[in-house]
Amino acid sequence: MYAQMVTSTGKGVQSLEDMSPEERAFQERINRGEKIEPKEWMPDGYRKNLIRQIGQHAHSEIVGQLPEGNWITRAPTLERKAILLAKVQDEAGHGLYLYCAAETLGVSRDELLDKLHSGDMKYSSIFNYPTLNWADIGAVGWLVDGAAIMNQVPLQRTSYGPYSRAMIRICKEESFHQRQGYDIMMKMAFGTEAQKEMAQDALNRFWYPSLMMFGPSDKDSVHSAQSMAWKIKINTNDELRQKFVDQTVPQAKYLGLTIPDENLKWNEEKGGYDFSEPDWTEFFEVIKGNGPCNKERLGARVKAWDDGAWFRDGLMAHAEKQSAAKLAAE
Amino acid sequence: MKKEWPLWEVFIRGQHGLNHRHVGSLHAPDAEMAIKNARDVYTRRNEGVSIWVVEANNITASSPSDKGPLFEPSNSKVYRHPTFFDIPEEVGHM
Repeated sequence: MYAQMVTSTGKGVQSLEDMSPEERAFQERINRGEKIEPKEWMPDGYRKNLIRQIGQHAHSEIVGQLPEGNWITRAPTLERKAILLAKVQDEAGHGLYLYCAAETLGVSRDELLDKLHSGDMKYSSIFNYPTLNWADIGAVGWLVDGAAIMNQVPLQRTSYGPYSRAMIRICKEESFHQRQGYDIMMKMAFGTEAQKEMAQDALNRFWYPSLMMFGPSDKDSVHSAQSMAWKIKINTNDELRQKFVDQTVPQAKYLGLTIPDENLKWNEEKGGYDFSEPDWTEFFEVIKGNGPCNKERLGARVKAWDDGAWFRDGLMAHAEKQSAAKLAAE
Repeated sequence: MKKEWPLWEVFIRGQHGLNHRHVGSLHAPDAEMAIKNARDVYTRRNEGVSIWVVEANNITASSPSDKGPLFEPSNSKVYRHPTFFDIPEEVGHM
């Protein structure tokens, strides 16, 4: 999931009887499946949670361009290069849709970016892992975008109108991303022995970080329960992780690759696979800033923002000059 | 100097013959750049044949609390719909 561990400001779910009349009317609208729109009344906690969640999601799209952008200049063919370029451009677009959705809640773009740059707001842990070779680009599309889709499809039904509409646009564009990744994996897995080894190695390195994308088990969390009551979260982290594993195992099998988990086994009773949990200590370290690429990723974002300041200001100064000249001419 | 680019609302005509429809928003320093950015952000897959951009602070919107006074009066005027009138079958299609 692109928004992991969004700490809630809510206190847990109140019963309808304990709510103020405004809160109750709000919750009843959500229960009826109505969408909440920007200027309408909403509880503070709902607004704050959404800003964090949508902001984190937007940051993930933007930072997520970096590990893939790393391979644009070294793609093996011109066609692969054009495709990867289009995919990375999509990620920029997805970030922009989401920033705009967050802004409808009363936070400014600059505030969101400042919080990313200062480390106050996070982005998905997955983008703190390196993309070491071309097979990694396949694994990222297949697994990382696959996990993202798993999370984003149900979010199309989220209660906040602008977020839901952004998710619908994103989902329409996202399945190309996963397919292009799987296409790379097929080429590698059915290629030479060395290519197949690279594909297996990429799967080995990206499997557990992909499982971490859904966040730690949240079945006992009050925060998560509140988000679900507000329909800003639709499924638990564990449900989505299970779905992802069940969907991905047959895809790996088709490629002739092995999921790096000795405990992976079909469980007839639950109708899904049993699998090993990722190393949550590693996850918390990466979230804290101690992953393999945290400094590089955030550093690249801060540098891009700082180096672009003169350009943003220049365009603004030009626009102001033009509009002043136009006024004078009238 | 620290100044955020203004927000623009983007409207796209999907096909000839259809209305422009609101698709989202973006930041740009001026209208010309807003059109260019809208092309990149909202029409990467042939979604449109024409773009309108309007600076967001130039839009006047009705307030959610006016929903009742604005829209409820038409609820009782069912005769504005053709299905209100029963036309005998032998009259034929009307």
